[in-house]
Amino acid sequence: MNINWANVFDWMQLLRCFLVGGAICIIGQILIDKTKLTPARILVIFVTTGAVLGGLGIYKYVVDFAGAGATVPLTGFGYNLAKGTIESAQQNGLIGVFTGGVKAAAGGIAAAVFFGYIASLIAKPKIKKQ
Amino acid sequence: MDPTQSKQEYQKYVDKKSPNSPTGKNIFNAFWTGGLICSIGQIIMNICKERGFDQTTSGTIVSIILIAIAAILTGLNIFNKIGKFCGAGSLVPITGFANSIVSPAMEYKSEGYVMGVGGKMFTVAGPVLVFGISSAIIVGLLYLIFNTQAVTLV
Repeated sequence: MNINWANVFDWMQLLRCFLVGGAICIIGQILIDKTKLTPARILVIFVTTGAVLGGLGIYKYVVDFAGAGATVPLTGFGYNLAKGTIESAQQNGLIGVFTGGVKAAAGGIAAAVFFGYIASLIAKPKIKKQ
Repeated sequence: MDPTQSKQEYQKYVDKKSPNSPTGKNIFNAFWTGGLICSIGQIIMNICKERGFDQTTSGTIVSIILIAIAAILTGLNIFNKIGKFCGAGSLVPITGFANSIVSPAMEYKSEGYVMGVGGKMFTVAGPVLVFGISSAIIVGLLYLIFNTQAVTLV
C-alpha cells in the first residue's frame, strides 16, 4: 500500500487543526481555573455544546476548517452524535432519531468501554499503607 | 507569628501558602498540548484516508486509537502525570473521556470486578453519555418537527 506522505503531513491543515484544537482546550482550561466546575461537568458541557452546535449546523464549518482539531475534542463527540441522529432521521424518521446518534458514535463508546475495562484490569492497585 | 491565632489571620496564612494557580501558564500548556493531541489525531486520520477509508470511518478509527492509548496510559499511572501538566489540554480531547472511565474504575477495583470496576467506570462517563445522547435525540426531534436544519437555528 503506497502512502503519499505529502498528503499525510499537510502542514497548513495540521496548523489549522493545532490552532482550533488548542483554542477549544483553552476554553476548557478557563472553565477549570475561573469556575468551580468539576471535570465531569466540564465534559458534559462540552458534549452538549457540540451536539447543539452540530444540530444548528454551525459545528460542521468548524470541522470542515479544522478537521481533527474539531472532531477530537469532546465537542466533536457531541457533534458526531447529533450528525448521526439527523442523517438517520432523514432516512428512517422517528426511529432513526433513536438509532442514529449512538450508531455514529458506537466505535468510540465501545472502544471506551472495552479498553477502559481492560486497562482497569491491568492497572496495579495502589498499595495503601496500613 | 503563630498562624493559628485567629480565624482571619489563619485565612490569610492559607491564602499565602496555597499555590495560586498561574492561569496564563495553564492556558498556554492546555493550548499546545491540546493542539498536539488533535494534530496526532489529524495525522492518524490522514493515514487512514490515504489507505482508502472514508471520512466517517477514519474519524472512528482516530477515536478508537486515541481512546485505547489514553486508557492504557491511565492504567499504567502515566496519564495522571501528563494530565497534571496539560490540564484541559488532555481533559477536553477524547483522551479525557477515556481517562474519566479508567480512573474511577481503578480506584474502586477492591470492590470487585462487577460492581467495583464495571459499575464505577461510568461515574463520569455516564453523565457524558446521558447528556450527549439525550441532547442529540432532542436535536433529532426538533429536526423532524421543523424538517430542516436551518429552521432549528431560530
